[in-house]
Amino acid sequence: MTATSVPSQSTGTVPESVKRPYGLLRHSLALAGRSLIKVRRTPEGLAHAVLIPVIFLVMFVYLFGGAVSGNTKQYLQFIFPAALVMTVIISGIMITGVSLNADIRTGVFERFRSLPIGRSAPLIGSVVGDLIRYVISLVTVFAFGYLLGFRVETGFLQALAAGALTVFFGFCLSWGYVLAGVVSRDAAGVQGIVTLTMFPLAFGTNMVAPTDTLPGWLQAWVKVNPASHAMEACRGLLLGGPVAGPVMRTLLWSVGLLAFFMPLAVRAYRRRT
Amino acid sequence: MRYGFQAEALVKRFGTNTALSGVDFAARPGTVLSVLGPNGAGKTTAVRILATLLRPDSGTAMVGGVDVVRQPARVRRLIGIAGQDTSVDEDLTGAENLVLIGRLLDLRKAEATARATELLERFELTEAAGRRVATYSGGMRRRLDLAASMIGRPSVIFLDEPTTGLDPAKREEVWRMIRTMAGDGTTVLLTTQYLEEADTLSDDIVVLGQGKVIANGSPDELKQIVGGQAIQLRVADQAQASEAAAILAGVAGHAPDQVGPGVLTVPVVGDAAFTEVVRQLAAANIAVTELSLRLPSLDEVFFTLTGRHTAEPEREQEVAA
Repeated sequence: MTATSVPSQSTGTVPESVKRPYGLLRHSLALAGRSLIKVRRTPEGLAHAVLIPVIFLVMFVYLFGGAVSGNTKQYLQFIFPAALVMTVIISGIMITGVSLNADIRTGVFERFRSLPIGRSAPLIGSVVGDLIRYVISLVTVFAFGYLLGFRVETGFLQALAAGALTVFFGFCLSWGYVLAGVVSRDAAGVQGIVTLTMFPLAFGTNMVAPTDTLPGWLQAWVKVNPASHAMEACRGLLLGGPVAGPVMRTLLWSVGLLAFFMPLAVRAYRRRT
Repeated sequence: MRYGFQAEALVKRFGTNTALSGVDFAARPGTVLSVLGPNGAGKTTAVRILATLLRPDSGTAMVGGVDVVRQPARVRRLIGIAGQDTSVDEDLTGAENLVLIGRLLDLRKAEATARATELLERFELTEAAGRRVATYSGGMRRRLDLAASMIGRPSVIFLDEPTTGLDPAKREEVWRMIRTMAGDGTTVLLTTQYLEEADTLSDDIVVLGQGKVIANGSPDELKQIVGGQAIQLRVADQAQASEAAAILAGVAGHAPDQVGPGVLTVPVVGDAAFTEVVRQLAAANIAVTELSLRLPSLDEVFFTLTGRHTAEPEREQEVAA
């Protein structure tokens, strides 16, 4: 074992030293950074996601608050937690699918695919970028709610939990729109799916009025609508009241949506690109 | 011998449409190979297969001796690509695009920034570096595409119709850039619809039509086959037209045609004829306002090679249902 010559290493054409660890994570983060630059540069999408709930809040609280609840302050307390859920739904729905679709159509993803990065990195990057976007819109809407007079009746930790739950719910739901973005031929196709589903999802809930005041057929939908459960959970966390049940149902729904849409979206993405 | 890249018996079908039906070509390391053909000939399909973006139905494709189907990840470390279907992000600035690609190629942040700065400088985009790509002109876009393809110092670069849609001045600008890229020892695959472009940039040309190789060889060999190269000139002073005609006749071996007032044209063989005409015009003190060596158009090449005109333009691939 003394005079063995070292076998000459076949180096091949690829310099292995170039490879650095945690590739998928680093690449996904770099791509998430790109999504955020886009948010900063074209803030219209973000503005929509924030403005719609804000306008909605002002309108409902001051137009109907007096009639529905007797006083606007009380009605704001009732409606605001639900408006937070609405914010992430709109944030997720409005941008995710459309921007993914554009990336695929314009050939940006084609370039990414020609690079030595994980196949799913662009998809993960886009979704992680969205997460940060949700947080920005949530914080903005929350600040606005405070200006109007909304107050958390529980505590800081519960409020934080409400935020986290809402973001998680939006994240899981957005995979449905990732799928729509990947399979749609163009932006108009995605928009169609967005408009068709946004109303039943965000408004077919107990957001503006308690479930038992609604007609039977609508109650049936409201009771299955995952957004209702998320809104219920947010009310519980921000105002007090039942928490465990609605939070559990929201989490189950979220995981279910994720487990259903994510594999479909990833598969469709691999096929399309 | 190891090629920069090679394709052997490549076949690709999209539904009932056959994009490539058994295509072979190869480029020696450090050379430029042009794939010349009309829309729908299969150029983009061939590039996408070599760039690991599409799997062939049969046949093999290798880049730097690495099989693109078996080891796509290794191939992606060797290649750069620029083309109409491979875009940069319009919402990002030129610099941001290049840095992002550098980061995705595992450069450290400082390295990626330095490389981006260097390439922006080289492709004359330093001033536009901080502007959104959406505000770039067509020529700037193409130059940024070229820069993007070079971030990882690839040994093979695929350029898919890098000048289509550019006006002649911008085209020459891009050509100049491509020449410097090829000068680095990179093997380049260029697809184009212009014989002139293939002629001026490449070592070898493959003519592709309806998914088949219909001719290949060096630019000179190809021009020998298709002929049709002609010198055209316009004299400044029409009184000297007959004198110029005599010079053209002397060089070309037969009398030129007068195609307009003071405009003469004559078919020639070989590039030397052109310099000879220039020399004799200068010696005789004849001023010309226009002097060109015109190559046959792609359609003329096709007609000579196949007896058919190029098919009606139709979008390549896209039917990938």
